[in-house]
Amino acid sequence: MLKLVSVLSLLCLALAAPGWASQPIVIGAYLPMTGGVASYGQMAWSGIAVAKKVEPNVLGRPVDLKLVDTKSDKVDAANAVSRLIERDKVVAIIGEMISGNTIAGSDHAERSAIPMVSPTATNPIVTQNKKYIFRVCFIDPDQGKIAAKLAKDQLGAKTAALIYDISQDYCVALASFFKNEFTALGGKILAETKFKTGDRDFTPQVSRIKSVNPDIIYAPIYYTECALVAKQAREMGLNKPILTGDGAQAPELLSLGGSAVEDVYFTAHFHKDMIDTPRGKKFLELYKKETGAELDAFSAMAADAYFIILDAIKRAGSDDSKKIREALSSTKDFEGVTGAITIKPDGNPIKAMVVNKVKDGAFVYVTTIKP
Amino acid sequence: MDLAFVLQQLIFGVTLGCLYSLIAIGYTMVYGVIRLINFAHGDLLMVAAYIGFFGIVIFHLPWPVVFGISILLTGVLGILIDRGAYKPLRNSPRISALITAIGVSFLLENLGIVIIGGRPKSFPRPALFEGDLRFDQLILPYLSLWILGITAVLLILVLLVIHRTQVGMAMRALSRDFETVRLMGVDVDRVISFTFVLGSSLAAVGGIFWCMKYPAVEPFMGVIPGLKAFVAAVLGGIGSVSGAALGGLLLGLAEVLIVAIQPEWSGYRDAVAFTILIAVLLTRPTGIMGEELPK
Repeated sequence: MLKLVSVLSLLCLALAAPGWASQPIVIGAYLPMTGGVASYGQMAWSGIAVAKKVEPNVLGRPVDLKLVDTKSDKVDAANAVSRLIERDKVVAIIGEMISGNTIAGSDHAERSAIPMVSPTATNPIVTQNKKYIFRVCFIDPDQGKIAAKLAKDQLGAKTAALIYDISQDYCVALASFFKNEFTALGGKILAETKFKTGDRDFTPQVSRIKSVNPDIIYAPIYYTECALVAKQAREMGLNKPILTGDGAQAPELLSLGGSAVEDVYFTAHFHKDMIDTPRGKKFLELYKKETGAELDAFSAMAADAYFIILDAIKRAGSDDSKKIREALSSTKDFEGVTGAITIKPDGNPIKAMVVNKVKDGAFVYVTTIKP
Repeated sequence: MDLAFVLQQLIFGVTLGCLYSLIAIGYTMVYGVIRLINFAHGDLLMVAAYIGFFGIVIFHLPWPVVFGISILLTGVLGILIDRGAYKPLRNSPRISALITAIGVSFLLENLGIVIIGGRPKSFPRPALFEGDLRFDQLILPYLSLWILGITAVLLILVLLVIHRTQVGMAMRALSRDFETVRLMGVDVDRVISFTFVLGSSLAAVGGIFWCMKYPAVEPFMGVIPGLKAFVAAVLGGIGSVSGAALGGLLLGLAEVLIVAIQPEWSGYRDAVAFTILIAVLLTRPTGIMGEELPK
């Protein structure tokens, strides 16, 4: 009888053992799946899903992804992070996509010592004075500088007008970085017009810009408003070139803007034509196969955030958040989908910038600007 | 600041004002008849826009048919909301109906998110509404002319219905004295349903034109226009249809002109509408065309 019991219990243990080994590693993602920047979140999630197919396990354990929708709102972003850390007990977090929401969410992650990697939040404040917050994208002081150089040198503009969203940290900061560099290069800002997220009528702003007749319009705003500004500007006879930032690279810019967004230039993270790593090439193929869509910047950047976290977990050899953080901060020449990524001590990567434009209703790659 | 600039802003202000008027008329009629501020009204705009989008882009039906279906379906939705959410609370305190209205609004918005998704869609603009007239510096879009024309026609129609038909008389009587009208044997529920159909149809027209002017269709697109239409209705005198039309025009003009004159305030544009609301409620709560409150 004793023999039977011990054999049975050993059998049970043997059956349960694989269960112990495959206890999942929980990684959280807080993304804007609805709201003003829903496109970014949805594209990011599809990128992360494909990335998970490429690398579903790490340290012999399956990855368990937990997604929380931030509704493109700062408050919901902060709550999402709390939920991921407290309820889902994640070891690392991917997110958010826009600076305002990432700044809001990063506070809790920093205090709870959970590493966070943002795919595309570019405002410098996101990682400033924080040890646990990282990103895989360039930052806005650089984006503003490059945009100003692009405007002045390549597009030959001596004067510019600004239009931006005063309720978004990203837009306000990027506009001011552009302004500083543009005036330092000898350019003149003729008008600075503002609006709030969700505004749809830009006729007063466009009228004002039209009346000062600048050489170029700098609109560091998100895709919906950018498309509508371009549309309303063209309808009002304002045909000056429009330069915008990485926030414009969503398919909605093309579908909402139509012919009005032809020849819009923008500084960006990525274009599938600049892939030069083996991981990138493999990911591009798999993405097309899995989703049927062309690989876009936000999916690729989010995939890189996922890959870089997994790489850090591998190098740390454990799922301890502090060790993951150490490994993340010593990331060197990681071959991501969007290029080689080396993380500096301040949590920001050394990353090239891409210039794209809209041509014939599609995003077209123009050039890469090395860091 | 030259004449051409001012005229241009006037054109935009009047266009925006007409859109607000169309939505405000629905708000004001419902309030007049059952003393309820139907906060779900703005979301009817969104429903109409989505029906329009699906009809034209997904089902490839001709646009006049789609617009007609959209207006009809939105009117029916108005009745359904009344029957489902407001009628059971007819004899409850007014605050209950108000909270229910907010609930219906959230329901519609979140149904939109769940069923259709949060990413904005592009509303197609039929060729008839494209293009503009140019007078030297001045641009007069055909769409603005259409909006002005349709608003005027619908306003006159609604006023005729209210002042020259039996059901209109019933509506006016209900807004004076609800109980007595019931006692007089009038089928109050039918009159209220009619009011909702009329108001919702106007909101649908407003929604379709709104989307032709600002082509981004998304589940929360009706919130701000709905709120501004509410302000317009209060400004003009809640309960009065011509007041709503006037309030809408004034609000549209104020929003565009104030921002045009003071470009630094363009980020605070919505504040203009709500400042007007506060000012009206503090000084003359019954609005421009409402009766003076007894002292």
